[in-house]
This record gives sequence, C-alpha cells and structure tokens, in this order.
Amino acid sequence: MSEPIKTDVVIIGAGPIGLFAVFELGLLDMKTHLVDILDKIGGQCAELYPEKPIYDVPGIPYTSAQGLVDALLQQIKPFNAQYHLGEMVETVEKIGDPLFRVRTDQGKEFESKIVVIAAGGGSFQPKRPPIPGIEPYEGKTVHYAVRKMEAFRDKRVLIVGGGDSALDWTLNLAPLAGRLTLLHRRSEFRAAPGSVNKMMALVNEGKIDLVLGQVTALVGADGKIDKAIVKKNDGSMSDIVCDAMLPFFGLTMKLGPVANWGFELKNNELIPVDTESFETSMPGIFAIGDINWYPGKLKLILSGFHEAALMAQKAYHYVYPGKRLVFQYTTSSSSLQKKLGVA
Amino acid sequence: MVKITFIDNEGTARSVEGEIGSTVMETAIKHGVPGIEAECGGACACSTCHVYIEEDWRGTVGDPSPMEEDMLDFAFAVQPSSRLSCQIKVREELDGLTVRTPERQA
Repeated sequence: MSEPIKTDVVIIGAGPIGLFAVFELGLLDMKTHLVDILDKIGGQCAELYPEKPIYDVPGIPYTSAQGLVDALLQQIKPFNAQYHLGEMVETVEKIGDPLFRVRTDQGKEFESKIVVIAAGGGSFQPKRPPIPGIEPYEGKTVHYAVRKMEAFRDKRVLIVGGGDSALDWTLNLAPLAGRLTLLHRRSEFRAAPGSVNKMMALVNEGKIDLVLGQVTALVGADGKIDKAIVKKNDGSMSDIVCDAMLPFFGLTMKLGPVANWGFELKNNELIPVDTESFETSMPGIFAIGDINWYPGKLKLILSGFHEAALMAQKAYHYVYPGKRLVFQYTTSSSSLQKKLGVA
Repeated sequence: MVKITFIDNEGTARSVEGEIGSTVMETAIKHGVPGIEAECGGACACSTCHVYIEEDWRGTVGDPSPMEEDMLDFAFAVQPSSRLSCQIKVREELDGLTVRTPERQA
C-alpha cells in the first residue's frame, strides 16, 4: 500500500455542495480532497439532469444544472482542490482527536483532520434488474460493470440495455466473446449514433445477435448462468444460452457505505446534524447538503451552501486549534481577496 | 380537481385529487402514494416514476415523447402501456384516470 494522502479535509461527494465547501474551507486556509463515485464532477446535477433549469439559486435567476457546476468550478479554482473520481469511500476510521483514516474502494487512503460528507442522495450505483433469483449470480456470472475484458474471452455474453454503456461494451466485447447477444426492449437506441451504426453493421455481418425483448428469468446453478428466458416483443418466449450476462440499466442512488459508519440515521437514510456547525454525532465529521437532517431541513442547494459556510467555521478550530478566527467579507478583506487571486 | 387512482402491485387502490397543471407524479408524491420514487424530482432524468396506464385510458393520456421513451429503457418490465408519470400533466380530461405502479422502480 502506498503512503496515505495527508490533508486537512476529505469531502465525500463532488456535487454542488461539496464544491462550495471547497470555497468556504479554502477561504479559511484549509486544503481539500474530494472523492466521488461518479467519473465526473457535479453529482446529481451533472449525472441526472445537466440540461435542466434551476431557478432558485440566490442572485442567479436562471442557470442549467451543468451551468451551476461549471460556475462553481470557476469560483473554487483558486483553491486547487484535488479530485478522486470513480472512487467510493468505503470506510472512515477515527485515529486521532480528531484525525481520520479514509479508505476508498480503489484502495486509496487519506489521513484527514476532518471529514465532510456531502454525498447527497448517496452514491450512484448500477440499477439491478428485478429478475427473480438474480442475486446468486451477481458478481459471478452477472456483472454490472466490466473490470477486465479478458474475463469474457470466448464466452457467450448476453448484454442487456440500449444506452451508451450497453452499446460500448457490445462493440468492445464483440471481437473477444465467443458469441455476443445484445438484448433491448425496442429497436431504437439511446446511444451515440456512431455506436448504433457500428453495432447494426456487426448484426448485418452476422457477427453478433440482436434480440428485441426483456429478460423474465434466469436458469443456472451455483451462481453459474446457463441461459436467460426472454419474452420477445412479438409475445413469444425464447432462451438465450450464455455464460455471462451484463445488464446496463443506468444508475440509481443508494445510501451506500455511509450506512455502516455508526451514525444513528434519520429514516434510515439521513445523517442528523446540529444546526450551529452541521457536525454529526462524531466530532470532526460534518454532513452538509441533501444527506443531512435537522428540524426544518429543506433539500435545497441554497440550504447546502449555508451549511457549508457554517461547517467551515467549526472545521477551522479542528484544523488550526487555538488559532483565532476573524470573520471577514470577500468584499472588503484584502487577505481573502489575496486567496482568491484578485487582490 | 381531477381524481386519479393508483393501483399498486398487490392490487391496493388509492384515489387522490390531482391539481390541474401539476403532474401525475407530483400528485402521487403530494399524497404519499407508495410505489413512485421520482428520484430525479420530475426532470425526466431517471425512470423511477414508471406507471402502467389502464387500457381504457391510453388513448386519452397519449404516448410517451421520444425523450421519455429513452428514459423508459432504464425502467423494468416495460409494457406498451408504460409511461413516466412525471411527464403526464393533469388536465380535465384525465378525471377518473387509473394507473398501476410496477413491482419495483429501481
């Protein structure tokens, strides 16, 4: 294992609130690392609805969700936060007073004076199809992601879905797989037209099979899939014999590992905080944005911004114990303006 | 007001009043009707407000837009009567509408 990354703050979640926390912490001289399970910055705003409008950010009558993310990135640029994308924080362990060891699912380790959970609705994880009895196959012959393409060499592979992930993996695995079948519920594909054309060419050349329908059941034993029972769009049933199935049905938000960090959750999904500093029941761990709960909580971006500002005030005393914190405005403080690179 | 009935996977029916101009999804959430999650809040960006329109109502309700069809790819057990309830605006003609919610949204 490589050396842990030492930092003032680890922020879990790179959505709008995590990003604004970089700003508020940065003004108070705290260095930040952000970890997000998505492969891009912006959280829900970037993943779910980048082009949708937002009308309730104070002072900004209208912006798009992606527009807000881009503006925040510009605003926090002076603070040079480090991003760790495509990684999920699995454990947060207290090793000092306060000092935390934070580990990701990719084996990365941080030693951080404080931790800020800004994980919104939780982590984005692949949707699991509601096929009865699918669980024993998961991770063995049913996979929601491709980690090693070689694992599918000469295998009969069934890919389910009609989006970019389904199409990309169809094109990537077609040359390797023994036989590849793409199963989708309709003849239109919500994917890059170039990919669709390439896929159709493979179908026309007889190199892969395309079936229109939906999986209703799996047949196999001990986690080893033998075939999928498929209801075709013409109403007929058919079997697709396969060694592996890869369903790509997009992402859904699940609370994820946060549930195991020892918080007494509100309604099994929200982390209670105090409204003075948005600190959790564990000193040094804060929760801001949609993932926290307090009386009167509103899941609004503007509330998360406020929470980030108050969190930073308290965080300062952990990171710089005994140091006096003088409250300042960016409008008039030359020291804050120097940090922002405008003085 | 427009009466909308939601029948869940186990056959339990719940009738609630929908406001004209709001959506069928918003009507369900407002009245705490189970079986509809609406993870994205109505942006046609997930597929967790999936419903089946009762056969008699399909003509009045209409078909999904191409964008909605795209999102339905991420839903499960999609049928010809499938719609995303955030994309159905409540209007006078829908008084008495009945929809069914699927076994699972995500």
